[in-house]
Amino acid sequence: MSDHDYQPSSKLGKWFNDRLPLLTLSNHLQEYPTPKNLNYWWTFGGILTFCLITQIITGIILGMHYIAHADLAFGSVEHIMRDVNYGWLIRYVHANGASMFFLAVYIHIFRSLYYGSYKAPREVIWIIGMIIYFLMMATAFMGYVLPWGQMSFWGATVITNLFSAIPFIGESITNWLWGGYSVDNPTLTRFFSLHYLLPFLILGLVILHIWALHVPGNNNPIGIDIKKPSNDTVPFHPYIVIKDLFALLLFLIVFAFFVFYSPNILGHADNYIEADPLVTPAHIVPEWYLLPFYAILRSVPDKLLGVIAMFASIFVLVVLPWLDTSKVRSAIFRPIYKQFYWFLVADVLILGYMGAMPAEGAYLIIARVATAYYFLHFLVILPVLGRKEKTLDIPLSITEPVLGGFPNQATTKNKQDNRENL
Amino acid sequence: MKKFLKILFCTSMLLNTNYANSAENSAELLKVDWSFKSFFGKFDRASLQRGYQVYNEVCASCHSVKYLSYRNLTEKGGPEFTEEEAKAIASNFEVIDGPNSTGEMFTRPARLSDKFVSTYANDEEAKSANGGAYPPDMSVLVKARKGGADYIYSLLLGYEDPPADMELDDGVYYNKFMYGNKIKMSAPLSDDIVEYSDGTKATTEQMSKDVVTFLMWAAEPHLEQRHKFGFRVIIYLIIITILVYFSMKKIWSRIESKV
Repeated sequence: MSDHDYQPSSKLGKWFNDRLPLLTLSNHLQEYPTPKNLNYWWTFGGILTFCLITQIITGIILGMHYIAHADLAFGSVEHIMRDVNYGWLIRYVHANGASMFFLAVYIHIFRSLYYGSYKAPREVIWIIGMIIYFLMMATAFMGYVLPWGQMSFWGATVITNLFSAIPFIGESITNWLWGGYSVDNPTLTRFFSLHYLLPFLILGLVILHIWALHVPGNNNPIGIDIKKPSNDTVPFHPYIVIKDLFALLLFLIVFAFFVFYSPNILGHADNYIEADPLVTPAHIVPEWYLLPFYAILRSVPDKLLGVIAMFASIFVLVVLPWLDTSKVRSAIFRPIYKQFYWFLVADVLILGYMGAMPAEGAYLIIARVATAYYFLHFLVILPVLGRKEKTLDIPLSITEPVLGGFPNQATTKNKQDNRENL
Repeated sequence: MKKFLKILFCTSMLLNTNYANSAENSAELLKVDWSFKSFFGKFDRASLQRGYQVYNEVCASCHSVKYLSYRNLTEKGGPEFTEEEAKAIASNFEVIDGPNSTGEMFTRPARLSDKFVSTYANDEEAKSANGGAYPPDMSVLVKARKGGADYIYSLLLGYEDPPADMELDDGVYYNKFMYGNKIKMSAPLSDDIVEYSDGTKATTEQMSKDVVTFLMWAAEPHLEQRHKFGFRVIIYLIIITILVYFSMKKIWSRIESKV
């Protein structure tokens, strides 16, 4: 890369840059060669960065007015909604921002699954991403507890109780997490503390995620390695910046509709009832973005195995780069994988739906089939498919498909040649 | 495009899941054309003032609204009573204040800065006075029930004679919109139970509509501001999105023409 050749034009700039190369970094970020055929599914990285920063800023402001105490938390949230200047706006942006964050992260993850962005040489980016995703779930869960409504309290009870399934030490671990013998004030205060801490860990990991991305560079919709910089790339600024900005603005319009016109549609009505340890809600359901995992948890009859299955469903994603044996990245050139990809999307949506339903009768059966299929996809279908599937011809450069539609026979090698090259 | 539609379908399915639960409600809720719904929705000022009257004369005998203050009654986007009216309303209630300079607690008339005074000193008193059933605080009640304003409205009008095969205990009433159809609150409204000063006829429907409007405001006192802001924000976003779109086209045309 040309980073090393960069010289600041001013004398002061050069003096500073020799001591801390921030200007080199800034130059790298502007010049960063990016594949020019990135589609709009690639804009969600920028959108996610925006979401994280929005959550941190609104969260810090909310933290100034919120009181982490079992007797006062619910009232302090109402104080924010009523008496704090624009408190309603800040809180609704924060609450809906969490949902928007997850919407974006799911699109980001499924984009990666479709275009094979997790494959070599981008495994580390993917694994860091999965850690971020896991921390996001933990953060969101603890954030949902803070208003101390009924769903906060009972959601916290259900989730923390999962740890009691661990043999021998489960009970002690659960009591340790609670800071007592049930979810109570000590649980709330520690959740608040951690809810404040984790986003900054996420921010650190996001920086590593981007750093790791800038080593091999972006994947692209046709999933081929490209020369950088070349005819196939554009500098990040202004080309990608303006495109990301355009996508972000579209995303913000959707975001604004939720915040201003249906701010509570993604939440659960029961969370506007103050927590009452003596009254259990009819259905305890987590926020929508956790529902697929909740369905997996409940579809296993044994508690411990259910917890294991739930964590395993995230862990299979971490090891995905080694489960998918296909050398071809993009689903565009994998006709059979493409179909299984959409089956997986449907499967996860079905799991999400089942997570919101009571675990009984037909719902339970469907949830079990969907859970089994989820693991089948990653543990059996992907490893086998990578070896058996006959992939389509892959173009050699981005410029060709951009010109003449792909894959252009005249300019592509056949699959065998490609395999050898890889 | 096909893919986009697929995604759209997927998200809409996910967003719908929360609603799928509402199948447990036994009857279809009555739908009201609320003035506060829709993009420009505002509260009907007169309805809010009447709603306050219904709350004060009927509901308040059991239900508190502990997060409202009397000053809220004068605020923009609410019932917008004049300050004199609100002061007069507040002065009808007694609050315990103190300690004074000799260390004694004392009672005084409520002021605008006070929270709405509850009938009962605490939850336990409320429960024991109502046969063990706790009358929920109404501050955010509309947001705390699936179906929101429509649900509360339906519930108020949902009292009926129980089906022949249903046995009801003392102090339990049949309501076709209540979860399980059994409710421990007797029908609170009946025609002309209050007398509206503005000459509106106090039918049960009218009172239900007014009091639910009031409760919606109590739960979302900044609803009007939110709607107004939302419209401006979205218009602004659309304009800037269009501008950015054309800038993007211009910038990318440098690349696309070179290829």
